[in-house]
Amino acid sequence: MLAYLIRRLFAAAVMLVVIILVVFSIFFLFPKWAGVDIALSFVGKQAGPDAVEAVRLKLGLDDPVFIQAWEFFKGLFAGRTYAAGGDVTHCSAPCFGYSFRTEQSVWPVLTERFPVTLALALGAAVLWLIFGLAAGVLSALKRGTLWDRAAMIVALSGVSLPIYFTGLLSLAIFSHGLGWINAEFVPLEDSFTGWLGGMILPWITLAFLYAAMYARITRATMLEILGEDYIRTARAKGLREQVVIRKHAMRSTMTPILTMLGMDIGALMGGAILTETTFSLPGLGQKVLDAIRTQDLPFILGVTLITSVAVLVANLVVDILYAVIDPRVRLA
Amino acid sequence: MTTQRTSGRRKQAMAAAAVVAALLTTAACGGGGTDNGNGGAKNGAAGFDAANNKVAQADQAKKGGTLKFASSQDADSWDTTRGYYGFMWNFSRYYSRQLVTNKTEPGSAGAEVTPDLASGLAKVSDDGKTYTYTLRDGITWEDGKPITSKDVKYGIERVWAQDVLSGGPTYLKEVLDPKGEYKGPYKDKSKDKLGLKAVETPDDKTIVFHLPKANSDFEEMLALTSASPVRQDKDTKSKYGLHPFSSGPYKFESYNPGKDLTLVRNTEWKQESDPVRKAYPDKITVKFFTNANELDARLIAGDYDLDLAQTGLSPQGRTTALKEHKGNLDNPVSGYIRYATFAQNVKPLDNIHCRKALILGADHVSLQNARGGPIAGGDIGTNMLPPSVPGSEGQKYDPYEIAGANKKGNVAKAKEELKACGKPEGFKTTVAVRNNKPVEVATAESLQASLKKIGVNLEIEQYDGSQYASVVGSPSNVEKKGYGVIIMGWGPDFPSVQGYGLPLWHSDYILESANNNFALIDDKDIDGLFDRYVKTLDDAGKTEIAKEINHKVMEGGYYLPFVFEKFINWRSNRLANVYTTDGYSGQYDFVNVGLKSTK
Repeated sequence: MLAYLIRRLFAAAVMLVVIILVVFSIFFLFPKWAGVDIALSFVGKQAGPDAVEAVRLKLGLDDPVFIQAWEFFKGLFAGRTYAAGGDVTHCSAPCFGYSFRTEQSVWPVLTERFPVTLALALGAAVLWLIFGLAAGVLSALKRGTLWDRAAMIVALSGVSLPIYFTGLLSLAIFSHGLGWINAEFVPLEDSFTGWLGGMILPWITLAFLYAAMYARITRATMLEILGEDYIRTARAKGLREQVVIRKHAMRSTMTPILTMLGMDIGALMGGAILTETTFSLPGLGQKVLDAIRTQDLPFILGVTLITSVAVLVANLVVDILYAVIDPRVRLA
Repeated sequence: MTTQRTSGRRKQAMAAAAVVAALLTTAACGGGGTDNGNGGAKNGAAGFDAANNKVAQADQAKKGGTLKFASSQDADSWDTTRGYYGFMWNFSRYYSRQLVTNKTEPGSAGAEVTPDLASGLAKVSDDGKTYTYTLRDGITWEDGKPITSKDVKYGIERVWAQDVLSGGPTYLKEVLDPKGEYKGPYKDKSKDKLGLKAVETPDDKTIVFHLPKANSDFEEMLALTSASPVRQDKDTKSKYGLHPFSSGPYKFESYNPGKDLTLVRNTEWKQESDPVRKAYPDKITVKFFTNANELDARLIAGDYDLDLAQTGLSPQGRTTALKEHKGNLDNPVSGYIRYATFAQNVKPLDNIHCRKALILGADHVSLQNARGGPIAGGDIGTNMLPPSVPGSEGQKYDPYEIAGANKKGNVAKAKEELKACGKPEGFKTTVAVRNNKPVEVATAESLQASLKKIGVNLEIEQYDGSQYASVVGSPSNVEKKGYGVIIMGWGPDFPSVQGYGLPLWHSDYILESANNNFALIDDKDIDGLFDRYVKTLDDAGKTEIAKEINHKVMEGGYYLPFVFEKFINWRSNRLANVYTTDGYSGQYDFVNVGLKSTK
């Protein structure tokens, strides 16, 4: 198990370096090849040549790309100082870059926004796991019944309807219409009930989409597993149906679900753009959308890296959990 | 990061339906209440257009309370040197003062300049090349220290530090130091960092500006936010916009870019030192939204008082508001003209007759409708001087009868012009339009449809709007891509023909990148008129020259104006002493808005 763990950790570290290099190339190298002046993306509108030159100097954009990449990489661990035109700006480690649009270091802004995204993703994950798994298992066990059909129609709706449909609809009905919920985000430190009120619709909206997918996958996997020989054997042994389902069928069903969960939560760590935008939640998704709109490259770069790392970590955790669930994996 | 698993036309259609459903529900249950038509509303709203160029419910304003703004857009910067957004200039009067500022009066009077930090308007001497101001008594910073002429000079000097403080207008730099000799305060070798020779501060109360060449709009330039004082020991350079040091009635309490902003009273500010600002509320908050529809719903529900960006309600919100809450709306002219311009470096648009054919052949009513119609879009534009600029004749000057006989397009006359241009069968060209402006795309489609009737085939090419400076702002790229028609809009930085038209029409402003003279107008007469304008000191003379410049531009057939733009802006029931002002392009004059109740 230890050797497996070391192997996976080493692979993750190598992958992280590759990700940084690839992401850095996408943002700094490819535009250069395409003849785009990146400095223009770091200055405000109507910036004169002085301003553009100062940005070039500050960011070292005239240096060879590998030196730029090294400076960026170094900044992650040792921080970075930007200086030009008599103005010196220090970006403390881990320096994921500095936005010359908002005059902020990227990392503190992202860490400030991360809890909102985390709360959104985890809260929604709890809901979609409860409802998605329950609906999937029940549908599989009651295959062909009215319950199965109804659950799958709801699941199909969840998969088909975009967040900006369900989100706006939920706002219209529960917040603006019935007035049951004040859907405006309130920081947790200000008021727990206010925070809960602001998060409940985003949780439900996001969970509706994912629960639907999880229900469909759970149903399909469960049906497949219920037809396996070892399930028949378990039943033949005289085990109670509840035990067969819980101890044998569910455990196998959880393997693909776990993979999906890891990937989905990892991806959501970079922000659920549509949900956060629809509900004006100040998370990473909202920030990245704003950064895209204003061409604020350092923030886009920062969120891209965080997302990549989150997916990497989630995969690592899933790999380790696989090994716990299925010993054959450790030997692979 | 994820965009989640959604795509497809069907989903988009569903989303559109959801928006409608959402807003219908909102309309039925919103907290704004209904009004009784165009007049005063039962819920206390002043009535439709009640604050448009006139003061609504002035006597109901009380001291105290929290004025709540909401916005789907943060400022480009809150640094007085760097901000360029119109709403930023308007809002910045809460925390910054200038020697002179726009009058706090509705309509066109609001565009006139009045003393602010200075005790009076400038004493102009030396044939309009010297401007002298004396500061009034009792003016202080937020820490109680007096504002001195040196602070004003230092604040102005920051405009020169473009390598650190880019983004804001640079008129003062161009007028006071056209050769660019001064390098800005951060590279200033003098001990006090006040080395700009064109500005003298003989004592703490006096400031003198020496212009190398007269410029009759100089005082207008001093009314811009970029002329605000900044205290040297409080200058955090590029980070100043995160917490500007206040000289006005409010100061920054907190600011989280893209999330929220809170201003509280500056207790050191004294009402008797400020003849301009009333400072009614105790607190001013801004909440930033990412969902424009949600923002409108919140405004309509009464959760917020004003939209900070002041660019009008979104189409869905507008429909609901017009139907259910008309008494909360105003329909001001924005000061912008929306238009198509013809690039002379793309053949055959180098020929005036081909350009005129496009102007005459276009269906102007259809273009107006594409912009949103007469209320949400604006009146049909007939020339290139906005109604808020002195010298404007509005629709009275209509050389191509755009709003008259030819408003649906005149095919016969257009074909005559095509014949004179040597293209009797028409021609083909490309129209460049920003992809982030759906209304502009709709306008391009409307233009395409109407010009087909005269044999002109327009191919629409959408480009990334944020890259406009290098796409349509580069004449060589325009020529290479064959962008004969460019769709754009423009508003005045300050209400004068110079503040509006200089970058558009003067040959000195044809630039290799970030060019705004898209038509590449290089007309010695127009250049000469601008030169005459800046030397003319009397208002009547300036107005006449502005008219003349406008006529010259229209005679050249460089532009097809679409509309004199209008917005539909929301004001909550809680507001008092509210009015729109030409000083800020038809926006509400933020600095004097009050609340009816302090709760």
